[in-house]
Amino acid sequence: MASETLAIAPTGLSTRSLAERLHEWAVTVDHKRLGILYIGYALVFLVIGGVEATIMRVQLAVPNNHFVSPQVFNRMFTMHGTTMIFFVAMPILFGFSNYTVPLMIGARDMAFPRLNAFSFWLTAFGGLLLYFSFIGGFGLYGAGSAPDVGWFAYAPLTSKVFSLGHSTDFWTLGLLVSGFGSIGTAVNLVTTIVCLRCPGMTMHRMPLFAWMSLVMSGMVLFVISPLTAAQGMICIDRYLGAHFFDTQAGGSAVIWMHFFWIFGHPEVYVLVIPAFGFISEIVPVFSRKPIFGYPIMVAATVAIGFVSFSVWAHHMFTIGMNSYANSFFAITTMAVGIPTGIKIFNWLGTMWGGKIIFKTPMLFCLGFLFQFLIAGLTGIMLSAAPFDWQLSGSYFVIAHFHYVIVGGILFAIFAAFYYWFPKMSGKMLNETLGKWHFWLFVIGFHLTFDFMHIPGLLGMPRRIYTYEPGRGWEIWNKICSLGVFFQATAILIFVGNMAWSYWKGRDAGNDPWDAWTLEWSTTSPPPVYNFADIPSVYSRRPLWDLKHPEDPDWKYE
Amino acid sequence: MKSEPTVRAPGRPRLIQFARWFPVFVGILTASSSIFAEPPANSLIPSIFSPDSTPADHIYGLALFVLSITTVIFVVVFTLLLYATVKFRMRRSDDHREPPQVYGSNQIELAWTVIPVLIVVMLFLATARVIAQVQDADRSPDSIDVTAIGHQFWWEFRYPGLGVVTANELHIPVSDSVSPTPTFLKLLSADTDHSFWVPRLAGKTDLIPNRVNQMWIDPHHTGLYLGQCAQYCGTQHALMLLRVYVDSRSDFDAWVRSQSRSAVAVALTNADAAKGREIFEATSCINCHTVRGTVADGRFGPDLTHLMSRETIAAGAATNTPANLKLWIEDPDAIKPGSLMPAMRLTEQDLNSLTAYMETLR
Repeated sequence: MASETLAIAPTGLSTRSLAERLHEWAVTVDHKRLGILYIGYALVFLVIGGVEATIMRVQLAVPNNHFVSPQVFNRMFTMHGTTMIFFVAMPILFGFSNYTVPLMIGARDMAFPRLNAFSFWLTAFGGLLLYFSFIGGFGLYGAGSAPDVGWFAYAPLTSKVFSLGHSTDFWTLGLLVSGFGSIGTAVNLVTTIVCLRCPGMTMHRMPLFAWMSLVMSGMVLFVISPLTAAQGMICIDRYLGAHFFDTQAGGSAVIWMHFFWIFGHPEVYVLVIPAFGFISEIVPVFSRKPIFGYPIMVAATVAIGFVSFSVWAHHMFTIGMNSYANSFFAITTMAVGIPTGIKIFNWLGTMWGGKIIFKTPMLFCLGFLFQFLIAGLTGIMLSAAPFDWQLSGSYFVIAHFHYVIVGGILFAIFAAFYYWFPKMSGKMLNETLGKWHFWLFVIGFHLTFDFMHIPGLLGMPRRIYTYEPGRGWEIWNKICSLGVFFQATAILIFVGNMAWSYWKGRDAGNDPWDAWTLEWSTTSPPPVYNFADIPSVYSRRPLWDLKHPEDPDWKYE
Repeated sequence: MKSEPTVRAPGRPRLIQFARWFPVFVGILTASSSIFAEPPANSLIPSIFSPDSTPADHIYGLALFVLSITTVIFVVVFTLLLYATVKFRMRRSDDHREPPQVYGSNQIELAWTVIPVLIVVMLFLATARVIAQVQDADRSPDSIDVTAIGHQFWWEFRYPGLGVVTANELHIPVSDSVSPTPTFLKLLSADTDHSFWVPRLAGKTDLIPNRVNQMWIDPHHTGLYLGQCAQYCGTQHALMLLRVYVDSRSDFDAWVRSQSRSAVAVALTNADAAKGREIFEATSCINCHTVRGTVADGRFGPDLTHLMSRETIAAGAATNTPANLKLWIEDPDAIKPGSLMPAMRLTEQDLNSLTAYMETLR
């Protein structure tokens, strides 16, 4: 070991110029660096998407507001939705998968390191293409334009008649390009997880996060394809005179909805399944118990993966499907609740009888559990098709899916940050700042999204840039807008915490959480090659076996 | 030490503490829900919890059923989560020995699989029943037919058989149990997707180009019901408002009689209005607007034959006053930025004449 350190030292980070270091990041094929690139890139877009959300909430704080014009408001909600789904949630989850999966399964890198780099840069380029629409949508003369078709871009709003200029083209091409990136990373993750597990790590002993990354990647292969096809069809409609979605020439607006939601609904599970993975890794460590019902957790994940492909038209209960189709999609949607419920109960079972340690990662996991419960229950309400005829397209739906994506997925992502940041940087994140971040975000989240359900029940539709007074919506909207500032402060503290901890934080050591999966057996940050010797494992918790030779897991599995 | 996969009974004193607080919790829930559950009967707040039409009633019933089930699930799971979080926290006095390692239990897994399955079956049966009640309802012979056509960013209502065409303000007869006269809406779109949503009368149904949808409503009381477009349709989606006036049968019949007439010729004494009519018919106004009984027969914009019978203009964006009308003709963007009506750049004098003409369209 000593000689290796010496061999590396002359080219160590400190002696190289900034340009050399940047070049190294730009050409890297190391899964850890690409993971960090994904995460950093997503954080930048998280801030941008957050600013867009803030603009909308300021506009809606009072009725008949003139803070922004309807055109700007429509661009803001289109860009906010597109950014948060495609350029925040997906890259950040891919980033964590990229970073942790090879370490967790005892591999030295992903199966296809160059494809990995290529996929990241495609995604990055897709995001830049989307944001170039602010300049390129109508050329420099109309700078400040951006797509205003909504993030699900219902036809025929995307046709040439209703969408002049190039803003829709940037939206289409941005998603097309980043979609190829997603497919590349998904292929890579599937191959890595199936082929590169270390000796002894059967599928049955794989950490749950690796399992959930596998299911997520498998789903990506199937969900991105229809989206990519549909984006191609829009391009052909717009530039080669086809009429797939051109209703004025006999095209179908409904076909676009099907294409989009057969992508769009499973996409929710593409995002939430890795979040489930974070929870399934972190809750056991901070409860000091193994996950309750490992095989059932795997089965429930796979079940969610399959069932989620049969529920897409619950986004379309209001388009006038016949009663049989509505009933079918109602029951499949309700059925998703069963494996999801099983998961919540298993996390509860994991905590039950444990010794729960309230470090920041666990706080965010607990936030996830409580909030995801509510998100799931409002989902059940929406699955009852007639109830959805009232709720669909209202602020109730907005509140519901932000409960899933912010209250669920984002909380899980924050948990993952606090949990794996020490591994990635070698430094602990500050606990006090972490708790400020948690509590401010909890307050802001609940102010904004709890009260957002109510205007929906009172008939307020989504995507309106302003509203009339006297409909009972004012007070709720004001409270929602107020919450934004708590959330924004929390995010600032979070970013500040990362910066401060990176330079001044306490050293993490290899295994700060006394955890059990393989990534904690190597140094923090891990060397380029991850493991000096490829480990062999005998159970689901290899580090437990090492720490408790008198009571190893492999005796019981 | 590996323990058997058992779950210990929760400590009794803590459970009693929870039980003591439970009524308070329920009280808060009830109080907060009553804020929006029972607005006054004639309220303009378009709450889905004050239904006044059969489809909305059915949905309300289902909503209460689903809400009560989800509330029970919420209370049970929330309490369990809270209990586990508090009870199994690591104490300061902890000995730092690992707790018993429990891997799972098939019996428990089976229990928390079967119970949700039963709940889902129950929910589905209730849902399927309401779907059929609303969607597959028999059509009564006394029903009124209305064709609603969504436009960017206004509503066109045509009453086939009654010879009435109007915009943005739908008039329908009240439908009581003595003489049920439900209204069946045929939903079409002239451009992009829209959605017809008047929460107190029914759930929403989309208006989609190249597709014929339908829905029905049968309001039980006379009065005004508010709604608006609920599917993003372009720049001014927000101000595509919808007003449904439910009239008594005699009022409705009178309304139909007056609306089915052509425009009354402008009285010669009103020189200003006569000038306005000339301007109207000489500019491109008539490309988009109809005034029945004149040369104006455009269909791109709202029918103006009985404009002054409406309480609002610009799809509810402004009240129908002479001042607003003039401002609207002068610069539509001032009232509704992004509206498709162009500013005609008329002189002040012409504007006044045109407004005067509009005011004769009763």
